[in-house]
Amino acid sequence: MQTLLQNLLNGIAAGSIYALIALGYTMVYGILKLINFAHGDVFMIGAFVGYYAGGYATRHGATGSPLGAAVIMLSAMLICALLGYLNERIAYRPLRNAPRIASLITAIGVSFLLEYGGQFVFGPDPKFFPTLIEKHIITFGGIVTTNYQLIVLGVAIAFMGLLQYIVYGTKFGRAMRAVSFNFETASLMGIPTDRVISTTFMLGACLAGVAGILVGLSYPKIDPLMGVMPGLKAFVAAVLGGIGNVPGAVVGGLVIGVIESFVGGSQFSNYRDAIAFVILIVILLFRPSGLFGKYEPEKV
Amino acid sequence: MRKLLFPILAILSLVLIGCPPKTESNGTSTATSNGGGEILIGEYGSMTGAEGTFGQSTHNGIMVAIDEINAAGGINGRKLKVQSEDDQSKADEAANVVTKLISQNNVVAVLGEVASSNSLAAAPICQSNKIPMITPSSTNPKVTEVGDYIFRMCFIDPYQGEAMANYFTRQVTPPVKKAAILIDVKSDYSTGLAQYFERTFVANGGTIVAKQSYAKGDSDFRSQLTAIKSAGPEVVFVPGYYTDIGQIAIQARDLGIKVPLAGGDGWESPKLIEIGGKSLEGCFYSNHYHVDDPSPAVREFVQKYKERYGATPDSLAALGYDAARVLADAMKRAGTTDEPKLRDAIAATKNFSGVTGNINLGPDRNPIGKKLVVLEIKNGQLALKAVVDPTKDAAAAGATGATGTTTAANQ
Repeated sequence: MQTLLQNLLNGIAAGSIYALIALGYTMVYGILKLINFAHGDVFMIGAFVGYYAGGYATRHGATGSPLGAAVIMLSAMLICALLGYLNERIAYRPLRNAPRIASLITAIGVSFLLEYGGQFVFGPDPKFFPTLIEKHIITFGGIVTTNYQLIVLGVAIAFMGLLQYIVYGTKFGRAMRAVSFNFETASLMGIPTDRVISTTFMLGACLAGVAGILVGLSYPKIDPLMGVMPGLKAFVAAVLGGIGNVPGAVVGGLVIGVIESFVGGSQFSNYRDAIAFVILIVILLFRPSGLFGKYEPEKV
Repeated sequence: MRKLLFPILAILSLVLIGCPPKTESNGTSTATSNGGGEILIGEYGSMTGAEGTFGQSTHNGIMVAIDEINAAGGINGRKLKVQSEDDQSKADEAANVVTKLISQNNVVAVLGEVASSNSLAAAPICQSNKIPMITPSSTNPKVTEVGDYIFRMCFIDPYQGEAMANYFTRQVTPPVKKAAILIDVKSDYSTGLAQYFERTFVANGGTIVAKQSYAKGDSDFRSQLTAIKSAGPEVVFVPGYYTDIGQIAIQARDLGIKVPLAGGDGWESPKLIEIGGKSLEGCFYSNHYHVDDPSPAVREFVQKYKERYGATPDSLAALGYDAARVLADAMKRAGTTDEPKLRDAIAATKNFSGVTGNINLGPDRNPIGKKLVVLEIKNGQLALKAVVDPTKDAAAAGATGATGTTTAANQ
C-alpha cells in the first residue's frame, strides 16, 4: 500500500510536468491545427535559462530564497515567451496559408535547429542545475517526498489554473476560442487573429519554460537533447487527452506520468516506455479522439 | 519507360563520380604506415556527452605517455602522433569515427574506448581491417572476444563483479545478506557486471531481493528506487556510469534509502561527487588503481599528470597512459608498424611495468592478474578499503576461484 501511494505520488509529480508541456501542444493545435514539434525544445531552453540565471545568482550569493527562485522562473518564462513569439513570427506565420504539411515540416526543422543549435551554444555535455532552494525531505505515513516534489505540484497546478482562467474567463480567452472555432469568421468579427495566435504561442512557451525550471529543480541533469523525450511524451499526453482540449492535456499528462511510475516500479521496468505507450494505444483504440476530445471525422 | 531513363542515368553517373578510385587510397595507406616520418595512432573516446570525463581523462593520460615517448626520441627515431576523435558517448558515432580513422587517416593502431558498448561498436571495424586496437578500460569480456586484433589493459567484469560480491559477503562485518541490483539496460558494461556480481553474491549465500533497470539518459529513477526500498536490501548494486549514478544517489536518499550504493569502475570520474554530493557518502566502488598508491610508478605518473593538467589523474587516465606505452613498447619490439607484426608484438607483452600494475597479456588478449581496489567515498574523498591482488595469492586461487583472496587494506 505504501509502495502504491509512493508510486502514485511520484507519478503525479512527473505527470504534472508532462501536463505543463502538453498544454503548449494542445493550445497551438487547438488554434492553428499545427503540431508544434519545437515545443519540447522550448522546454529545454527554459531549463538552460534557469541554469545560467541560477549560476549567476549563486555567484552573487542570491540563491536559497523563494524570491530568487521566482525571479529565475520569471526570466525563463520571459525568454521562452520571446522564443515562442519569434518562432511563430519567423517560421510559422509566413506559411499559414501554405499546405499544413509545410508548417509541420518547418516545425520539425525548428526543433532540430534548437536541439543542435543548443549543442553548439551550450555544449553537448550534461550540465548540473544549481540548487535554487534548499531541499527538505518530508515523511508522512511511510510515504517520502521532498519539498521539491510539492513545489513542482503546487506550481504546476497554479499555472494550469491560471491558464484555465485565461482561456475561459477573460476577453482574450474568448478571442482565442473564437479563433480556434473558426479562423476566418473570427477575423471577420474584428478579432486580431495574428495577435491572438502570437499570444497563444507565447503562453504555451511560458508554460514550457516553467516546466524547464521545475525539471531542472527535481532532476538536475540538463542537456540540449533533454526536450526530445518529454516533448514526445507530452505530445502523446495531449493526444490522449484529446488534442485541442485544455483539461484533457492535463489529465493526459497525469495519466502518462502515473502509468510510467507504476510500470517503472514493477519487475517490467525494462519496458517502461514500451508498456506506457501500449496502454496509450489501447486507450486510443477505444476512444480515437482522446479521453476528452469530440469525435470529428477528418480527412488528412 | 522513357521517363525513367533520365533519372536512372543521372543516379548512375552520380554513383560513378562519387566513388573514389579504390587503389589510390590503399596505396597511401601502405606508404604512411611503412615510410619514415611520424607514426599516426588513432584514438577515439567520449570527449563530450554523458560520459565526457571518461574520454577526456583517457586522452590526457595518452598524451602524457606520448610526450614522454617523443621526448625520449620516439620509436626507432620516429615520433608518435595521435589523431583524436570524439564519439560523443554514442556507440554509432564510435563506429563512424573509427572507420574514419582507419580509412581516411590510415592510422596504424587504435586506442579506445572506455564504455564497453562503444568499444564493441568499433572493435569489429578494427578487426576486419586488421588494425590493432587496445581498449584501455572497457571491462566487458565480449570486447576482446571480437577477434585477435583487439586487446585490453584492464581487468574484466567477471573479476570485478566477483570482487565486489566477495567484498560485501566476506569482508565487511556483519556480512551483507540482501542486495538489490539496478541496471542500465542499454549498456553492455552494466548488464554484464550485474550478472557476475549476482552470480558470486548468490554463490556466497546472499539473496538478491530486487532487480530493477533503467535506460541511459533517464532522469527519473524514483519508481525503481521505490520498489528497491520496499524490498529492504542492505546494499544496492548500481553498476552504471557516473552521470546517472549521481542522480540515482540523490533520488535514493530523497526516498529514504539509507543503505550504501555500490558499483564498478564506471563510477570513476571527477564529476561523480560534484553531481551526487553528500548523497554518495558511504558508497563503494571497485577501481583500477588508487591515486594515493605509494608505489614509485604511480607517484611519478601522478606528479607528471598534475604538472601538465593541474588535476589528479583518475584511473581512466592511468589506463590510457598504460595503453599508449604498451603500444609504443610493442612498436619498438616489432621494429615496424606493419599491422600483423605489430599485433604479434602487442600480444607478446609480458611483465610490462605500468601504472596500474604489471601487464602480462594472456592468450585471450586480456591482462592476467591485475590488481583491483575497493574505494569508499568518505567526506567527498576516496578512501581505500580493500585491495584484491590475484598474483599474490596464486596458491590460494584454487580455494576462491579465479579471484584470489581479498586483503583488507591498511589505511
